[in-house]
Amino acid sequence: MNSSPETSAKCEISFSVNAEVKSVFVYPMERLLDVLRNDLGLTGTKEGCGEGECGSCSVLLDGMLVNSCLVPVGQANGANIITIEGISTHVLMKPLQEAFLECGGAQCGICTPGMILAAVHLLEKKPEPDLADIREGLAGNLCRCTGYMQIFEAVTTAARRRVAK
Amino acid sequence: MRADPSEYKLVSPGNLQDVLSLMASEPAQWLPIAGGTDVMVLYSAGKLPNRKLINIWNIPELRQIAAFPDRIRVGAACTYTELRQHEIVSGEFPLLATAASWTGGIANQNRGTLGGNIANASPAADSLPALLVYDAEVTLISVRGERRVAYRHFHTGYKQTAMAPDELIRDISLPRRFSGYISYARKVGARNAQAISKVCLAALGKISNGTIRDVRLTMGSVAPVPLRLKETEQVLTGNKIEPSLIAAARKTVTKEIQPIDDIRSTARYRAAVASNLVAEFLEKLAASETNA
Repeated sequence: MNSSPETSAKCEISFSVNAEVKSVFVYPMERLLDVLRNDLGLTGTKEGCGEGECGSCSVLLDGMLVNSCLVPVGQANGANIITIEGISTHVLMKPLQEAFLECGGAQCGICTPGMILAAVHLLEKKPEPDLADIREGLAGNLCRCTGYMQIFEAVTTAARRRVAK
Repeated sequence: MRADPSEYKLVSPGNLQDVLSLMASEPAQWLPIAGGTDVMVLYSAGKLPNRKLINIWNIPELRQIAAFPDRIRVGAACTYTELRQHEIVSGEFPLLATAASWTGGIANQNRGTLGGNIANASPAADSLPALLVYDAEVTLISVRGERRVAYRHFHTGYKQTAMAPDELIRDISLPRRFSGYISYARKVGARNAQAISKVCLAALGKISNGTIRDVRLTMGSVAPVPLRLKETEQVLTGNKIEPSLIAAARKTVTKEIQPIDDIRSTARYRAAVASNLVAEFLEKLAASETNA
């Protein structure tokens, strides 16, 4: 059913982004992805497909990995959001970053923020994942450069080093 | 054309009564949005007919899985992740847990909901054959009250459902009487993860002394609605699993389904795969007794 288009009103949305409280004045149907990039300047979150297939726009929303292109910002009021910028202080950042560099897990880099967030989400739930867990954990993140093997190897390496410590 | 967010409303009443009142005040105008994994795709492409959306992601009643001695009741806005993690779902309804694991990647499983999958009513939806095979029942709710609809009557045609414009799915309940069955689930798509199915089968069977005592077969992507293969079940029930029976079942399956050519596959391929999946299930069912 078509309802007649009418202008909706902007409203104030407040949430925590990377442990800082932020307020934005936005239309509630703006995509969280656009608000992060355009209103908050957090351009580490990338847009790939814009339809939830590629995972480039992955963020953690209340601890859950989500595609921020599929979240209307109106649903994020009061939420706790972590973007790739916020991962820089995460305990998993150093091992993941080093392993991605060593294993050649990043080439053009568009998928990398999403890959890192999916890897963090996986390793937080499963500190010692096997290859099947890693494949499943990253299945929603597409990479057109590496062929995936280097990325799987990087996550395996990071997990191993972390557990060894 | 990308959607202009200034042309869309999104309200978050935060409780079920207010959601239902708003839906009743302007029937068919307000589109419920939970995890957004279907709605936002249409919206972003500028193809969403509704301009008014109502947030049901934050309604507590819709997010619970409740267990009773004879059934479990899954709130409509429970996610695939929640289904996969639930002990009773994974233990007694493995076909539903498996279907949840097929649906998209982890990010989409964290947001996609069972009620959304049903309401969206795609014939290729992963969870629908599992709901059909387990004799699910859907509770619909509106300001007028609630009513229960057997899931087998829920889909009335391609993307058509038994829901009235002011109704919302409150929960899906599953009877706890299938734990003694051998179960089989297989989805055939272009890629293991995150692909939409070309054919998928959810099957339950009971066998003793080589004879099929009971069998339930449901398929997705082979008809406008998820399909129960009743004729094939009749051919099988009470008979021994032998090559001649498998051949007869294959024949009946291809008669019973109504596959089409589309972007994902062809009718011919789908018919061949559908018959192969049923044969594979029967072999597994036969082997389950030998192995036991």
